[in-house]
Amino acid sequence: MQVVLEDVGYAYGDLPVLDGVSFTVGEGETAALIGPSGCGKSTLLNLVGGLLAQQRGRIATLGAAPSGCLNPLTFVFQDFALLPWRTVAGNVALALEHHRLGRTAQEARIAEVLKLCGLADFADALPKQLSGGMRQRVGIARAIAVRPAVMLMDEPLSALDAQTRELLMEDLIGIWARERTTTLYVTHNLNEAVRLADQVVVLSRRPGRIKRIVTIPVPVAERQKPAHAGLLKDLHDELWGLIKAEAQVADREMQHV
Amino acid sequence: MSETTKSTVPFRGGGFIPGTQRWAPWLAFAAIIGSWETASRLGWLPPLFMPAPSEVVSALHQLLIDGKLVAHIAASLQRIVSGWLIGSMAGVAIGFLMGIFVLARSVGLPVVSALFPIPKIALLPLFILWFGIGEPSKVATIALGVFFPTVVSAFSAVDNVPRNLIRMAQSFGLSTRMIVFKVILPGAMPGILAGFRISTSIALILVVAAEMIGTQVGIGAFVLAAGNLMQIDQLIAGVVLLSVLGLTVSALLGLIEKTVLRWR
Repeated sequence: MQVVLEDVGYAYGDLPVLDGVSFTVGEGETAALIGPSGCGKSTLLNLVGGLLAQQRGRIATLGAAPSGCLNPLTFVFQDFALLPWRTVAGNVALALEHHRLGRTAQEARIAEVLKLCGLADFADALPKQLSGGMRQRVGIARAIAVRPAVMLMDEPLSALDAQTRELLMEDLIGIWARERTTTLYVTHNLNEAVRLADQVVVLSRRPGRIKRIVTIPVPVAERQKPAHAGLLKDLHDELWGLIKAEAQVADREMQHV
Repeated sequence: MSETTKSTVPFRGGGFIPGTQRWAPWLAFAAIIGSWETASRLGWLPPLFMPAPSEVVSALHQLLIDGKLVAHIAASLQRIVSGWLIGSMAGVAIGFLMGIFVLARSVGLPVVSALFPIPKIALLPLFILWFGIGEPSKVATIALGVFFPTVVSAFSAVDNVPRNLIRMAQSFGLSTRMIVFKVILPGAMPGILAGFRISTSIALILVVAAEMIGTQVGIGAFVLAAGNLMQIDQLIAGVVLLSVLGLTVSALLGLIEKTVLRWR
């Protein structure tokens, strides 16, 4: 399933946060959204996911959802958004309970995603008993349990330490390769963007407009190879060059909001 | 600092630990009751106005033997349970509506703010006029006294359920009903149960006050009658009963909290 954004604009009251944003995320592709704080990245994600009502322009999906898909547009949240009173399996089950799957099919699907995310031994654990990385694995397991067509990831690794981030990035690459979901990935971290995305959409400071769309011409699975290190570093520097001045101005603006 | 001086770094991080010691409250109770008994036996306290704890215990024993204790407790408990159930159930329902729906919140907040500060016992004469001198007026006083703090605690509890959990549930396509029962209700339980602690105390206070008007049975009526007859040992026995009742209710709520809020 493709995601198409055409001239999208949004304002909170009199405060415009997005203006004229247009781009397309191809089926099975990952687009990273980067930009200074307050440029409307999360707002854009919420618009795509239907958690905010569209005001201007159009957001549409193109193509059919994969078979077995229960929730085409599915979020993975920065703060995990786990129910603290439910176990790991219970949190995953929440996404499935209102679909008429049948108990056996539901349990099988939960077991499958928990195994895929390395949580098979933690099915009965409560979120408070897990590390940050494991909690986000639960968030990811819950998302892939509904076999989404599009995953909307709002800074999913930003609350984690550097080592856990690395581990989860590898896991995400594996999951995407297997599930072939289209992904919109909001991040502040340029390394994540260069490592995970097929295209990086750079937004200007508020109101967010597209400054540039940078395509990463190396398959995701090959980006750890030393041969590509130079190119990826150049892309990282190019992205930083695009947002550095904007981020400095946005930082000063944020202090006066 | 001189190179030859070698001193161990002193520990400075002691104290300010929010812990409790199991034996301390028992020791404190024993010390208070022991001092009171000693002072009574030494004649430092006038027996007419402050009888010894042993006399209070024998008064309690006598009440138990002649069956009055059970009758008074049963009458008070019946009023407390009826009033508390009506008031708290209605309070939770209204608090939930106010926490979830904008219109209910807009109407409910000013109404609750205006009526909450009224001392509910002041309305007892009005309730007697409306419902008569019997049980309904007493139950209504307790129910109304319990209702407002429950509304406030339920509303706050619902309002404090993290919005990200509700958005998450919406993003997975859960219906409003499912969000209420699977996300908001369990998320609000800590606040609701904390509110129950307050409302049960209020019910206990109000039952005593309500029983001082137009009734012969109940702990409040018993305390009032004992005071009028200068039977101070019996009066204090009534106060002890109230304290025990409060402790029992608190322990029960603690048990419910342990079960319902296991996840915390």
